Amino acid sequence: MLITTPNIHDADGFYSELLDMHDGLSENESKALNARLILVLANHIGDREVLAEAMRTALD
Amino acid sequence: MAKIFEIPLYPYTRNPDQDSPKTNRHPVIIVGAGPVGLAAAIDLAQQDIPVVVVDDNDRVSFGSRAICFAKRPLEILDRLGCGEPMVEKGVTWNIGKVFFDDRQTYEFNLLAEDGHKRPAFINLQQYYFEAYLMDRVRVLEAEGKPIEIRGKNKVVSIENNDDHVSLQIDTPDGVYQVEAEWLISCDGAGSPVRQMLGLDFVGRVFEDNFLIADVVMDADFPTERWFWFNPPFNRDQSALLHKQPDGVWRIDLQLGWDIDKAEEKKPENVIRRLKQMLGDEISFDLEWVSIYTFQCRRMEKFRHNRVLFAGDAAHQVSPFGARGANSGIQDSDNLCWKLKLVLDGIAPETLLDTYDDERIYGADENILNSSRSTDFITPKSAVSRQFRDAVLHLAEKHEFARPMVNSGRLSVPCIYSESRLNTPDSTKLPTSTRPGAPAVDAPVNEGWLLDQLNGDFKLLFVGINGESPSVAGIHLDVIEVQPGQNPVFEDRYLGDEDTAIYLIRPDQHIAARWTSYDETEIRNAILRAIGQE
Ligand SMILES: Cc1cc2nc3c(=O)[nH]c(=O)nc-3n(C[C@H](O)[C@H](O)[C@H](O)COP(=O)(O)OP(=O)(O)OC[C@H]3O[C@@H](n4cnc5c(N)ncnc54)[C@H](O)[C@@H]3O)c2cc1C
Repeated sequence: MLITTPNIHDADGFYSELLDMHDGLSENESKALNARLILVLANHIGDREVLAEAMRTALD
Repeated sequence: MAKIFEIPLYPYTRNPDQDSPKTNRHPVIIVGAGPVGLAAAIDLAQQDIPVVVVDDNDRVSFGSRAICFAKRPLEILDRLGCGEPMVEKGVTWNIGKVFFDDRQTYEFNLLAEDGHKRPAFINLQQYYFEAYLMDRVRVLEAEGKPIEIRGKNKVVSIENNDDHVSLQIDTPDGVYQVEAEWLISCDGAGSPVRQMLGLDFVGRVFEDNFLIADVVMDADFPTERWFWFNPPFNRDQSALLHKQPDGVWRIDLQLGWDIDKAEEKKPENVIRRLKQMLGDEISFDLEWVSIYTFQCRRMEKFRHNRVLFAGDAAHQVSPFGARGANSGIQDSDNLCWKLKLVLDGIAPETLLDTYDDERIYGADENILNSSRSTDFITPKSAVSRQFRDAVLHLAEKHEFARPMVNSGRLSVPCIYSESRLNTPDSTKLPTSTRPGAPAVDAPVNEGWLLDQLNGDFKLLFVGINGESPSVAGIHLDVIEVQPGQNPVFEDRYLGDEDTAIYLIRPDQHIAARWTSYDETEIRNAILRAIGQE
């Protein structure tokens, strides 16, 4: 089951780390980085059901 | 020296149908003497079904075309009596390397598990493949088997009637008329038979061009499959290098969509491209060059009354994954025993509809895999390109990304899990040998299991004895295996159980299995497997 309630305890810290990662990158480099990050996270989740649900949630 | 594909191997000669005052009717005519038509002809003739093959050509495939042949077709060829020369001549390989930009991303080893007679793959030029099939045809002819190959016989019109097919065939001596109870159409992706019958062939065209070159060179590259994504010598495109026998190398260079084909095919331009890839020091000769685009498509049905389509005529895939000829051989394997039972009056004609079910399932699996490979190799949008490159980037350091790298998912055998010919399985025997799967090879009784599955229905008794029930018209052989002597075999056929009985079809696919003996159940499973239920 996809968790859709708050689950990251330092939400602000995570958010700024996510943005910092893109510092100084061109638009294309940023897109590439995002793609890699999605793949890394997806593999960590692993569960196909959860992944499908996450995709539906993002599309919603 | 003339290449084998330049020599007429089945030159035109006059045949009795041309001089007959009335129109002759044959049990089976096969259109097309490519890999699939020849395999079907051999299969039927071995079972004493008279078969005539007509082809508008008189020699083997021009240039190599298919080069990768997978384990399952090799096993089928063993049953057809010609696997050995192919494996002997072919190059066996296991290692594949993937490069991205100027670096090696990773390396994989296809090495199949031990305990199989045949390797995962061999590379062999299609012209040799066809030539060995022709050798086998000649041996069968010499043994008096009812097989005839007619070169320079081109089908020019066809009529699909209720109980026969009627054909007009053009030859150097003019047109003659002939009939067949059944016609197998193996006339390739452009299938004139399909077109003359006005049948559909729908699917997806991929907007891309590939330059394919077979190059003869004395190079000491290892016997491995090398695949490049976006290499310096072919920017933004892909490339493939693969070894064939006789010092011939297959080189595939993606060119993109907007190109001038005539210009690209000029030897000087091909040579310039190859030098960029191979460097200036290596000298080579071009054996065959072609530019192709590809398609993934299939017919809606493979059986149209008395006409049965097989191979590229029925379905077409992109070459990545080597699923074309490999799946066509599986079509023929699936069809021939069914056709024999129908011709012999033992099974109902509807058994042939299961050819449709099972092989359409196979074709869809191949089309799905080959479309996915193609989407990875030639991304269709900026975002698919970003993900593709992200996968390749990560794969260099991180194992998790490697299964997503798709430079072709190489052909694996088709498992007809849902086939109505199967008897539902209620055992806890290993899943790899479940009903619908092709029998998995294993060393047994001092030989190989698959060598003993030679074209009839078989009952495999493992650690258990029983009578083989008799079913009218079905020749049923029994193979007995005592447990405790063949650990690899037991792993595959017993798992945690002590006894097992398998019912295996003539095409070596498993139809039913049990852990104890019940004659009625076995009889019912046989009837079901021949479409009588
Ligand atoms: C570049 C390339 C690479 C490939 N690589 C692989 C690979 O590695 N592995 C793999 O498995 N597959 C591969 N394939 C696919 C493979 O070549 C085909 O799937 C295979 O040849 C199909 O065999 P077939 O017998 O169905 O048809 P074909 O080989 O096309 O044979 C059809 C025959 O029908 C005859 N014919 C046509 N019209 C008529 C008529 N009117 N009357 C009489 N005869 C007629 C033709 O002369 C021909 O001999 C590759 C294909 C290409 C182009």
